[in-house]
Amino acid sequence: MGAILKRELGSFFNSAIAYVVMAVFFFFSGYFFYVFCLSYDSANLTYVYSNMFFIILFIVPIITMKSFSEEKRQKTDQALLTSPTSLFQIVMGKFLGAFVLYAICCAVFIIYALVISFFTAPDWSVILCTTIGILLLGGALIAIDIFISSLTESQVISAVAGFAIGIVIYLMSNFTSSIPFAWLASILETVNFLNYYQNFTYGVLRLSDVVFFLSIIGLFLFFTIRVFEKKRWS
Amino acid sequence: MVEVKNLTKRYGGIKAVNDISFTVESGEILGFLGPNGAGKSTTMNMITGYISSTSGTVTIDGYDILENPKEAKSKIGYLPEIPPLYLDMTVRKYLEFMFDLKRVSLPKREHILEIMKIIKITDVQDRIIKNLSKGYKQRVGFAQALLGNPPVLILDEPTVGLDPKQIIEIRNLIKSLGKKHTVIFSSHVLSEISATCDRIIVISNGSIVADAKTSELSSSISGEQKLALEIEGSQSTILNSLKNIPGVIRVKKMRDINDQSGKYVIEYQNGYDIRRDVFNAMSRNDCPILNMQSGNETLEESFLKLISQDQTKKKTGGNL
Repeated sequence: MGAILKRELGSFFNSAIAYVVMAVFFFFSGYFFYVFCLSYDSANLTYVYSNMFFIILFIVPIITMKSFSEEKRQKTDQALLTSPTSLFQIVMGKFLGAFVLYAICCAVFIIYALVISFFTAPDWSVILCTTIGILLLGGALIAIDIFISSLTESQVISAVAGFAIGIVIYLMSNFTSSIPFAWLASILETVNFLNYYQNFTYGVLRLSDVVFFLSIIGLFLFFTIRVFEKKRWS
Repeated sequence: MVEVKNLTKRYGGIKAVNDISFTVESGEILGFLGPNGAGKSTTMNMITGYISSTSGTVTIDGYDILENPKEAKSKIGYLPEIPPLYLDMTVRKYLEFMFDLKRVSLPKREHILEIMKIIKITDVQDRIIKNLSKGYKQRVGFAQALLGNPPVLILDEPTVGLDPKQIIEIRNLIKSLGKKHTVIFSSHVLSEISATCDRIIVISNGSIVADAKTSELSSSISGEQKLALEIEGSQSTILNSLKNIPGVIRVKKMRDINDQSGKYVIEYQNGYDIRRDVFNAMSRNDCPILNMQSGNETLEESFLKLISQDQTKKKTGGNL
């Protein structure tokens, strides 16, 4: 697991991906920070965090598009799968690699909090909760997009499918309000990421929100392992 | 060391590999020979645990590849048909990664240096794999397979795309590795296999059509010729008189055709033409020759024959 994690990070930082992702993340978060905090003289980071939701939906597929697709295309998955390292460790290594890069991006919020702390005491409970929330949200999206990349050899398909999932998640509230079947709408509402994520940005830490994101991570990493198991057995 | 039992792989209705069984002892170099698409790579992928078998088992040093994958896989060094290289890494970084991935417990720096020395890639260790030539890439793939000194080496067409000098180098490398490792390597080029292997398994359409020592398959190459005869008369007279012909090494009776006549094979040295002598000797003993055929087969011919026999068998089977 350690070896794969190290290699993943190495490949992110040896290529442009890590820098592009970080640049986009820093640009938009900086822009939102300027608009909602600096220009309004506000110490409230909630709007910055809630607006980043949309950006994160688009950044994560860029981080994960290579994950397994490139391995399959270059046939390097053969080295992974014939090594004594287990499938669980392989998938976890991939997941953690993407997650660490994502976490580095999120670390920029600490700087914003520090900037605010020069002028007034920031609401640390909101910042702490949202940090947990934003990491969980990213983790869930990374797990979903790694699963997508395990299904295809093409980075482009992997990224586009990831974007599509992101848009569906973003528009989930619109979908649910326009669906005439109440039961279907209520089911979709329970998987609406935004509902869970928003609680964090208000500074509320609820167990059910944490469990929701952790279950999504667990479920899709499990699916990814199954994809390789199935490929071996078919 | 490697035991393969009734291995079968089915893709939908097509049997890619059909009921293959063989064992390889430690220190043996086994050649896997067959035309493209015969099922060589599929078999190797099953031996290494990359794909599973539909039925049958693979045991490496007593460990089943599907039941104890960790132990079994740690005993195998595998070089697939396309070497699994991360093109964005340097050679050394890549080998360090593979070293960790394979959980090798030898001293890391020294071991990697030693392997690079054996494979002769020390001078490219800091170059990015993407920029290496095909020959070097193949060698890096080879180095990766050798990490951790696994007792079993499985090499899928290791010399494809190399120039003649590199091919000879790789061949010598395989030969030297065969002293310490069990090696299974595949090729569709016959000279390749006959030059390196102790034993050859010929695969066609997913089944084994021959499994023999290289010397047995290629006795004709080592300077012996064969003559197949059908002769009428008593067996002892025929054998005795044939043995006395100059140049003859061995005379064997293959089988009886009927009460009077039988089929014989004479092996004789290259450079002799014994056909007249055989005719004269037989006519002196009043043993008429009913059929005389030059049974001189090169390895290439016997290989092609084995495969075409297998295919016609399949065809007639299909027509019925």
